Amino acid sequence: MDVLLAILIGILYSAGAYLVLRRSVVRFIIGLVILSNATNLLIFLSGGLVEGKPAFVDESGYLVFLTDPSPQALILTAIVIGFGIVVFTLALYAKFYKVSGSDDIDDLKQTDTPEA
Amino acid sequence: MNIVIAPILLPLVFLVVFVFIKNTRVGSPLAILGFGLQFILSVYLFYQILNLKIMVLQVGGWQAPFGITLVIDQLSAVMLLVSNLIAFSVAVYSISFVDKYMVASRFYAFFFSLVLGVNGAFITGDAFNLYVWFEVILLSSFVLITMGRSKDQLEGGIKYMTLNLMGSLFFLAGLGLLYGKTGTLNMAHLAQIVRVNPEAGLLNSSAVLFFIAFGIKAALFPLHFWLPASYHTPNVTVTALFAGLLTKVGVYALFRFFTLFIIHDREFWFLFLSLIAVFTMLVGGLAASIFYEMRRILSYHVISQIGYMLMGLVVFTPLGIAGGVYFMIHNMIAKTNTFLISGLVKKVNGTYDLHQTGGLLKSHPVLAVLYIIPALALAGFPPFSGFFAKFTLIKSGYEDAHYWLTSVAVLTSLLTLYSMIKIWNKAFLREAPSPNEGFSCVKLKIDELLPSAILGIGSIVLGLGAPFFIDYLSEMAVNMIHPHNYIQAVMGDLENLTLLKP
Repeated sequence: MDVLLAILIGILYSAGAYLVLRRSVVRFIIGLVILSNATNLLIFLSGGLVEGKPAFVDESGYLVFLTDPSPQALILTAIVIGFGIVVFTLALYAKFYKVSGSDDIDDLKQTDTPEA
Repeated sequence: MNIVIAPILLPLVFLVVFVFIKNTRVGSPLAILGFGLQFILSVYLFYQILNLKIMVLQVGGWQAPFGITLVIDQLSAVMLLVSNLIAFSVAVYSISFVDKYMVASRFYAFFFSLVLGVNGAFITGDAFNLYVWFEVILLSSFVLITMGRSKDQLEGGIKYMTLNLMGSLFFLAGLGLLYGKTGTLNMAHLAQIVRVNPEAGLLNSSAVLFFIAFGIKAALFPLHFWLPASYHTPNVTVTALFAGLLTKVGVYALFRFFTLFIIHDREFWFLFLSLIAVFTMLVGGLAASIFYEMRRILSYHVISQIGYMLMGLVVFTPLGIAGGVYFMIHNMIAKTNTFLISGLVKKVNGTYDLHQTGGLLKSHPVLAVLYIIPALALAGFPPFSGFFAKFTLIKSGYEDAHYWLTSVAVLTSLLTLYSMIKIWNKAFLREAPSPNEGFSCVKLKIDELLPSAILGIGSIVLGLGAPFFIDYLSEMAVNMIHPHNYIQAVMGDLENLTLLKP
């Protein structure tokens, strides 16, 4: 299971990186979504996978062969934040498209050139 | 000790209030009141920290590695003090520079949420919580930077947003790996674990991810491209606020992480960081010298001076860390001030372009005095703050035999001086090239000049009070390099809990 998940994370990261490097802004945003999901899975995997056991910590604070709940709490937070950011990104893109009528990242050169 | 949570609660209350306020007449005074209260609060906290050294709040009563901990130590206290001073002056400045349209689209609400995020980032003692505060800062800054909705702003906003989002993803991935390896994200607990564990070198994968994340936020050399592409597009109030607060939160995070728990492999990290610091200083300084648009010059200077702060971290002696933090607080104040002045120059001369400005020394002598204070402070003249900050840094660099790094720091301050003199000559000293009477007789109101005056006094106080600040910061630096007090204050009687996972 760990290996499968690791391979899936790798595929998601490469797909995300590929999309982020495209010239279209929409693909760029989709790339960001995929990258953030890959990161969430990475936290999930590195927190350690345990099948079919409840979350429990004994008195001394040690986890005794049971599921650790905190990576899931972290992911939940990260997913919620990710949602907010995707919504804002799309809104910003919609506004940019209305103003410039372009989906091409090559048109985003105006603020970089020295003296316009 | 529940006062610890106040720097988060106070802006939150005002944030909620400002969701309902849409007009300028009520909005501006209320915002100034809010930021004034926050500044008073941060002065009070700073005063408390002078005696107590550290204040801890375990949120919800959950003992340290299991719950979220809020910690105000000496570094947090001084950062809170300076950032709230800046927020207050920018709030005063916003009376004349933020139009009705921006207030109606909740400018002040996002201003408060930005400050909420900055305060939260400074006082949290939990690495994941720091990520959450970073996102609060990011989302409010996205809204602020695109608020005018012109094509330039949207374009600058997209660049700013995309690179910073990538930074957040790196940060999050680093946190995930860190949790997998240590089983905790509490900073004090992490510090404790890496100090007893011989396998701490395994943290390097997370350390690299953190470095990239904070490097993007702090605009370090190969990761800085978003900053000059976006900082000159929004309303000048927003730019001044960003220049004072945003990149410095990244630098603060670097200082926190690289003194508290990323302390292994020092040879590799410090060689690497010193190279980055050299290039950051030089690239920023050189790029600034070719521009004639004031905000662009100042934006590149933001980058150049991040290099000095990093230099303090590279030297890593108590004097070096103290110098780095001293430079950071000096720079936050003086840099915000120069951006505020650039807005005033634009108001009088009608442009940011130095080819078309001029004659301000004659027509607005007060403005010229207000400009020369932060300009000389940035270039490093006594008795202003920059002299003592640079002196401390350069002294610590030579003492620790970082000759290349220190020489570049000296050279870069000449570049800074060149740019400051360029603005002085082109905007203040010379006659206006084309006398446009319509602009030159604009009288500046008291509320436009006041914020610059406050920050100018800040620069002078920071310079004349150097003995006090150096003492304070040196003690802070010793406590950062040997964080036993920090660990003990946060972990309490769980001080010997070194591993969570069997």
